[in-house]
Parts: sequence; C-alpha cells; structure tokens
Amino acid sequence: MLSIPTKQLSDSKPNFVEESLYEVHRKVHPRAVSGTFATWRWTLVWVTQLVYYGLCWLPWNGRQAVLFNLVERKFYIFGLVFWPQDVIFLAILLIISAYSLFLFTAVGGRLWCGYACPQTVYTEIFTWIEQKIEGERNARIKLDAAPMSARKLWLRSAKYGSWALLAFWTGFTFVGYFTPIQTLWGSVWSFSLGPWETFWMLFYGAFTYLFAGHMREQVCKHMCPYARFQGVMFDPDTLTITYDTERGEPRGARKKGVEPQSIAKGDCVDCGICVQVCPTGIDIRDGLQYECIGCAACIDACDQVMDKMDYPKGLIRYSTEHAIEAHWGWKDIIGHVVRPRVIIYSAILGAICVAFVWGIATKASLRVDVIRDRATLAREVEGGLVENIYRLHVINVSETSHRYAISVSGLAGIDLVGERIVEVPAAAARSVTVQVRVPPESGRKGSNQIHFDVKSLADERVAVHEKASFLQP
Amino acid sequence: MSDFVSGFWNIYVVGIVLVSIIGCGVFLWSQSSATHVEGATTGHVWDGDLQEFSNPLPSWWRWLFYITIVFSLFYLAMYPGLGTYQGQFKWSSTGQYDGEMKKADEQYGPIFKKFQSQDIRAVAANSEAREMGQRLFLTYCSQCHGSDAKGARGFPNLADNDWLFGGTPEQIRESVNKGRDAMMPAKGVKPDLNGDQIKDLAHYVRSLSGLASDSIRAQRGKELFAPACAACHGPGGQGMVGVAPNLTDKVWLYSSSEETIIETITKGRTNRMPAFGEFLGDAKVHLLTAYVYGLGGGTKDVAAPAAVAAPAEAIPAEKK
Repeated sequence: MLSIPTKQLSDSKPNFVEESLYEVHRKVHPRAVSGTFATWRWTLVWVTQLVYYGLCWLPWNGRQAVLFNLVERKFYIFGLVFWPQDVIFLAILLIISAYSLFLFTAVGGRLWCGYACPQTVYTEIFTWIEQKIEGERNARIKLDAAPMSARKLWLRSAKYGSWALLAFWTGFTFVGYFTPIQTLWGSVWSFSLGPWETFWMLFYGAFTYLFAGHMREQVCKHMCPYARFQGVMFDPDTLTITYDTERGEPRGARKKGVEPQSIAKGDCVDCGICVQVCPTGIDIRDGLQYECIGCAACIDACDQVMDKMDYPKGLIRYSTEHAIEAHWGWKDIIGHVVRPRVIIYSAILGAICVAFVWGIATKASLRVDVIRDRATLAREVEGGLVENIYRLHVINVSETSHRYAISVSGLAGIDLVGERIVEVPAAAARSVTVQVRVPPESGRKGSNQIHFDVKSLADERVAVHEKASFLQP
Repeated sequence: MSDFVSGFWNIYVVGIVLVSIIGCGVFLWSQSSATHVEGATTGHVWDGDLQEFSNPLPSWWRWLFYITIVFSLFYLAMYPGLGTYQGQFKWSSTGQYDGEMKKADEQYGPIFKKFQSQDIRAVAANSEAREMGQRLFLTYCSQCHGSDAKGARGFPNLADNDWLFGGTPEQIRESVNKGRDAMMPAKGVKPDLNGDQIKDLAHYVRSLSGLASDSIRAQRGKELFAPACAACHGPGGQGMVGVAPNLTDKVWLYSSSEETIIETITKGRTNRMPAFGEFLGDAKVHLLTAYVYGLGGGTKDVAAPAAVAAPAEAIPAEKK
C-alpha cells in the first residue's frame, strides 16, 4: 500500500508553532487552464450534463423514457420496467460501480474525482460562470479584497443569481426523474408543486449551490470518504499526477532559452502556475497529497510553460512511483498495468457485467407469486374432492396488455376451479383466487408439491412455471 | 411519558438532557481559542509508515456542532422528549394515526357514502362496489372464510346458496354486524343415546343426503331421529334458518364422513362468528354485505364476482 501523506514533510520540517485549531477557509481561485486534460474534463462535463439535464425530457412510447415512479414503485428505463422485486439489478449496478471505481483507481488513480464526479463537474461549471462574470483569477482575487461598491454588488448579484438559477434547474431536473417532468414544469409555473417535490427541488438545488459555489474543494478534502480511503487502492504502479523532482529541482526563475545545466538548476522555472490552476489549492511539487483530486490541470499548465521555455513537456505528468524511481518510459508503465490486483478487479467486474446484461436481457416479462390461503388448509367439497385455495398475484411487467392462461399440474387428477384466463393490463398486477382440487387418494398426506403454469395466450414464450404446495389432510 | 411513577424521574430526565446539551455548548465555546501544533504527529505509527498528524479543523466544521445544539433545543421545544413535556407541536404517534385516519376518511368517505345510500341489491350489482367489497373481504373475512369465500371445515361457505342464518340482505348484515353464535347440544335432546344408537343416527343422516349407508342402521336411526334431533333439525331433517342446519343437502360444515358425524352427535358443536359492526362501521359493513350477498345470495340477477369474464367452466355453479 502506498501511503498518502496528509502533508509533505520531506523538504520542510514542521516549524512546531502553536496556531489556532480552526483553519479559516481561504477561497481558492483557480486560474483557467486549457490543454489535453482540460479538454477531456470539459468533454465529460458536457456528456454527463447533457445526459442529466436532457434524458428526463426524452419521451418513449407515450411516457417519459427514464422515470423512477416511487408512488407506483415502478422504474421505467426506456423499454424496461423495473419493479421492487428487481432490486437485485440495483444491487448489481452498485457492485459494478464499486468495482469500476476500484479498477480505475488501481490503474489510473483518482480518474473519477478528476473528470466525472458531480462535485468536480459542477465546480467546473460554477467556476466557469464565476470567471465569465467576475473575470480571471487575478481580477477575482482583487474583487474579493475590494470594499463593497456598486460594481462589486452588481457582479456578486449576477454571479449568485446565475448560480442560483442553475442550481434550481439542477434540483428541478433531479425531481423530474421521479415525477413526470412535463407535469412538474407546469406545476412550477402554476405554483402547484407538492410539498415533497418542493422540498427535494430546493434541497437538491441548495446543496448544488452550496457545494459547487462555496464549498468546492472543502467537500473533497473534508467530507468525501473516497478521498480518504483511496490509499488502499493505490500501489506503486498506480498512475498519479507526479512532479518529477529529480528533473525539476533545484527550481528557480530564469530567462527564456537558458539551459538549466548552465545555471545549475532543474527544469522547474518556479512560475507557480501549477499552484494557481489547482482547484484544491495545493502545490503538486510537494508530492502526492490526499487533497489532489487528479484533475491534471497542473499538467496542462506546466506543459504550456515547458513549451514556452523550449523544454520537453512532462515535468508534471501521469506517472507511477516505480516509474519515477526507475526512470521508466511509457512502455514500462503500461507493461506494469497488468498485475494481480488489476487482473482480479477486471475479472470480477467482467463477470458481474456479463451477469447484469444477461439478467436484463432475459428478464421475465411476467411474474407470478403464489400465495396459499393459510387459514384454510384444505377442505372437502362435493364428490369427496379435497380443495386448497391459492391467490395468484399475476404481474405483467411488459408494456402491453396480456391474457394469461392458468393451469396446474403435479398430482393425479388435479384440476383447477376458478378463473383460468386472466387479463392483466400493461405494467399492472392482478390477484386471482383459484381453487385446486384433487381426489382424496391423490398424493400423500401432508404437503405435496404442485406447479402452476401461467402462459400468455399471445406469446407462448411468456410463461411462468411456479412451485406451490398442496396440503392433503 | 405517563409511565413515570413519580415526578422525580421527569426532573431527572429533563435535568440530564439539558445539562448535557448546554454542557456540550459551553465546552465547544471554551474551545474557541484552542491551538495545536501544525504538522506535529501524535507519535503513533501503524503498518510501518502510517502516522497520525495534527491537522487543523475547518472553521466551518465548528459551526456544524453549534447547529446541532440549536437543532436539539428546537426539537425538544417542539416535540416530546423532555420528560413529560409534550412539545409545542403537541405531536404524538396516536395523534398522527388519528390524523391519517381522518384524512383517509375524508378521501374515501364520499366513495363509501355513495354506496351506503343504495339498496344492497344495487350495490351488489355494481362492479366498483364489488371490487371494494372484495378488498374488504380479503382483509377482514378471508382469514376464516377463505380468499374465495368458500369457507373451510367449521367455517361456512358464503359462496353457495345454503345459509345457516339466512341469505337476505338484512340477515347477512346482521350476521356481520352482531356476529352469530351456534350450539348443538351433545346427543341432541336425548342424552341417553348410546354409542350404537349414535352410529345408527349417523347412518341415517348420511342417507338423508344420498351418501352411502347401512340401510338397517339407517332404518334404526330414522326412529331415533324424531326424539333426538327433529326438535331442531325438523322431522325431515331439512333444518331451520337460524336454528339448525339442513341435513338433507350436500353441504357439510364439519365433513360428511361417518366418524365426523358420530363425533358431532356425541360431543355436540359450538361455533361462533365474531361481531364486526362496531369495528368496521356501517359503510364497510354495507359493502361487505353486498359483496357476500352477491357471491351467492340466491339471486340470479347478480353476476358472479369475477373481475374478468372467465370461460363458462371457470365458475361452476355451487348450487346443489
């Protein structure tokens, strides 16, 4: 296991000065950055947010394509309808997410944190708004320090107002996955939202505003458990954002075009841009820190500086502990990707994914629960026949209405009384009471296994063979 | 918190709760100027290189503690928690239950009311009422009478046309409202019956409904029937509504086997249906009465209670 120091101590020994136990929040104003990894991050911002804000508006067969109807306890995802009984798929989905996280983290460090986590994505969007309204990093720092004025008031109102609008839209979209969003949109304008809709909209919106606007890196540093337990998933072959100390040190300012060897310095020109672009306000040159979310903004920034200095890129780069020690190139790093931990994670992830897809693909469109009448064990009816009563809960999981034929088998002379054909509307359930009769000499005393067959009249393949027990007194 | 046997415990609980909360607040406040040494460690080392550092606490985190204190005081002021104090909202679990029941009554009351003013026969013919009735039946009645209302040993079949206490709407309503008690005395009204005579009677009773029987015993039983049983079951065994069951039909509450009939005559039978009137209220009883009536109350104009039309063989006539 690779330990992640909470503070780097290699260069500067602690000064052992008593200071306040409470750290006053210092706002981080990251400098805007462009480059390969910034493009990746913005691509993921677009992809995730287009899906998030857009998916709920997509129609499908006359209903919302993705809708989690909590009241009816039905989850619609395009052509699929999930019932509470399908909770196993949710469990599998969570396991897949967890193993993906383990795998990606073991291989590439905090890829999730740096590119796809909502906290990162919304912070990125909110910072972009801030930058459009208040200006670049220096302008923002100046504005923060400036006394209140008409201009500052205007800029602040514009920023907070834009944030609030976006946050509200986010909250609205969130609720739109649980209440049909078209209706919800109407209710917003006619002020007829339900109390819970209002609560969740404001709750989700308020926390988006608070976390992406004001808390930002504090969420990652002090609230997110993932930041703290990633250490167990890192090993010396994990790709992390790394400053090449050997190449960079001793750092120092110089004129453009000066060869580092000629002034007995490393490649780092100590411009501090890597610190300025960091959304969590750390100095990557201090080494791997738990605050680093792996966004690679410092790589983009440093590469630009290296380009300007005509030095090779990659003073700060994705590398591994082993690679830095042994001066490996990319080939060696890639060669070390395949290692037991990665193989095991991939194998488990692959197996679960196959099981998930297979489960969804073969998900039955009909489900039958057989509930035996417990109070009435068995009764004698005319002709001396013995009768047991069952309630069949027939659940049509498909989106078309079906007529099902019910039959029973398993004992000599077994027969069914009651409804033999039941019609169940699309995505609905119906309870049917049926009596099963057998001659008294059939089967043995006590419990006998029988089977109910429920078959769609329209489609032979839609059938359920459900076990039940018949009590012979 | 009326469970307290003396007022002392009330004060004890209130005291501990308030002292704890205020104590936490005072302690928190006293730590406002606490200091630590940045970068120092506690000296603990795990796994060779894992150290515990002294890092500052974010300032805003401290406010979360203050918020919990404010919240707890607000909560204790509004909700029960401080000893016997009820809280400003006067909330209680029974109050919440009553409120929800009242809301449900307001919501469903009109639906019940719509049917309550109608005649039982009309309600029984209404498909919506039948579905409501079925749900009520499954909730309150099916435990004994079965999901299909066809009863079980000792619990009468409600779906046939045989009625121990009468099948008119009023009689059914009375059965549901007030319940029914039934008692057959041991050995009928002839306590000196011996075992052999009882067996003779059993054979006679079986012959009444066309079941296999020893004709000599049945003949002897017939002579005993008049003094022992006819007082209630009638001279021909046809029974009497509200008094004794018909012995000539094929309906048997306790099985038609010889040994069961012997047991019935020897030991007598006591049976009882509990009263539901007070528990369910008139509106629900009205719907249940209509539902049960519609199951087989001897009226041909009421359709079978199937939710979906089934083929002809699905619902065999339960008539004899």
